[in-house]
Amino acid sequence: MRRTPMAYLWLTLGVLVFAFPIYMTLIGSTHDASTIGRGDVPLLPGPLGGENYANAWNGTGGGRIQGQPAGLMLANSLIMALCIAAGKIAISLLSAFAVVYFRFPGRMLAFWLIFITLMLPVEVRIIPTFQVMVDLSLTNSRAGLIVPLMASATATLLFRQFFLTIPREYVEAAKVDGAGPLRFFRDVVLPLSVTNIAALFVILFIYGWNQYLWPLLIINERSLETIVVGLTKMIGTGDSQNEWNIIMATAVMAMLPPVAVVVLMQRWFIKGLTETEK
Amino acid sequence: MATLKLTDIKKQFGTTQVLHGVDLNVAEGEMIVIVGASGCGKSTLLRIVAGLEFATSGQVDIGGQDVTGLDPAERDVAMVFQNYALYPHMSVFQNMAYGLKIRRMAPEDIRKRVAQAAALLGIEALLERRPRELSGGQRQRVAMGRAIVREPKLFLFDEPLSNLDAKLRVQMRAEIKRLQRRLGVTSLFVTHDQVEAMTLGDRLVVMHQGHAAQVATPMEIWSRPADTYVASFIGSPAMNFLPGTMEGGAVRLDLGLKLHLPATPALADGHKVTLGIRPEHLCPGAGGITMNLELLEPLGSETVAHGRLPDGTELTARLPGEVTTEGPLSLLLPSEHLHLFDAATGKRIGA
Repeated sequence: MRRTPMAYLWLTLGVLVFAFPIYMTLIGSTHDASTIGRGDVPLLPGPLGGENYANAWNGTGGGRIQGQPAGLMLANSLIMALCIAAGKIAISLLSAFAVVYFRFPGRMLAFWLIFITLMLPVEVRIIPTFQVMVDLSLTNSRAGLIVPLMASATATLLFRQFFLTIPREYVEAAKVDGAGPLRFFRDVVLPLSVTNIAALFVILFIYGWNQYLWPLLIINERSLETIVVGLTKMIGTGDSQNEWNIIMATAVMAMLPPVAVVVLMQRWFIKGLTETEK
Repeated sequence: MATLKLTDIKKQFGTTQVLHGVDLNVAEGEMIVIVGASGCGKSTLLRIVAGLEFATSGQVDIGGQDVTGLDPAERDVAMVFQNYALYPHMSVFQNMAYGLKIRRMAPEDIRKRVAQAAALLGIEALLERRPRELSGGQRQRVAMGRAIVREPKLFLFDEPLSNLDAKLRVQMRAEIKRLQRRLGVTSLFVTHDQVEAMTLGDRLVVMHQGHAAQVATPMEIWSRPADTYVASFIGSPAMNFLPGTMEGGAVRLDLGLKLHLPATPALADGHKVTLGIRPEHLCPGAGGITMNLELLEPLGSETVAHGRLPDGTELTARLPGEVTTEGPLSLLLPSEHLHLFDAATGKRIGA
């Protein structure tokens, strides 16, 4: 790569454009509500950082629109995102394993049905799904929040593609060694899929974390509210002053878990890239 | 250790018939090499013995027990794959121990068996390594070790040497032979390499288009090939074939020369035949056939001469020492080295 000053200039500009809103949020979360409310946008940190974050965490903002404690909402989001990611991975690993390694009647039909659901994102099927959840009395519950988001065609397809690259000889060697299908899955397929699972976990965790429409619809109970929904509810309709400092502190906290997941999983990516199994 | 008996094994993939009824009897401790060009069905046959593929019809007996419908695990066989198929995420020890672990053998017994096999193969120092940290030859040894620790009734080798370089292949070939002798385990070895087949096998099965064209010892196949395919496949350079006709108990070559055979075949005059002679059996001398030289390949101790007969038929001769002549070369066809085949069926005639 040639390193030219121009390249650096453009890249720096790009970074500034993308990073500036985040910087604004970070700075905004350290001032008092009236400073931001006046329309002044300070570029240097204010003195109220600790206080704002404590208020956001405990839900003691003091404004007229009382938010839920951010700690609770973060916990709700965390449970939801972890369950969705783990559930999606478990289900798609098993369904991909079935589609790739077993010959059963309707195998290709099953595969195409899974494939077709790719064209039906949550938003498209939200009304019937809601009806099903109402019939099952699962509204306002964690199960109702998580289960409908758990099936994943994308992950199934990705695992299927990956399984197809595992040499057929491993299956045959395992058969000769006397391993049954589940034993083969546990001892060979799963260990070989670790880096894929890690990569998918990051994507699916963020997918779960960012869910907005479904949690908004299915959860009315404020103690089950997720951070993304709670954050938008903190922003009023305009008839009262928004506690922007608290909102921004909450937003910063809402960003941290996805960032943490990416940073933690990055070690696995690099491991997967440098130690290519052959 | 066990015997292996195949009875009329047929295999069809869709409408394609791959095996047309193969019979084979393997004695205890015998090393059988299945050899043939690609697509002849030799790998399919091995996989049917392993239980990875099921025959359309026919019966497989291992150690006197009918295993035709059994899964590989229940057949007590071990297989060495062409690409070794070592589990990449397991150490060498784990790879070798896996089959025993599944059979719920006690950990200390597993350790003992793996240590024994590793010592036999000289891979004790590699037990903690991963397959990707091994060279081709080492992987090959580990794959063998994985088969040995199981102490199976049958070893199955699916072209295990084809991924190695030439020098290593010769070395591993000798090693496999020694090991098989020492352990005395009945073995089936699939290869497309005729030198590998000749050197390794107690007996060879030459496969051709889904048939076992000949089952015999290497020397017998070389000296008395059952048909023209076997004759041309085994031996290098390949056997020369000359068309001819029976005439009064002798063969009249289309070239004009009349040749007498050691034993008079019971064939009517005018029967079309093919006469075969190996390049190493042609010797220089007047009164035979005349070849126009096209190419000489000096190999040191001998020279391979390629050329054409007057009617355009290609001919190859292996002559001792250095050949310096150019142009026509007169060659004799010693009658004791002639092979006679039926021109229509390609089958060997008489002794």
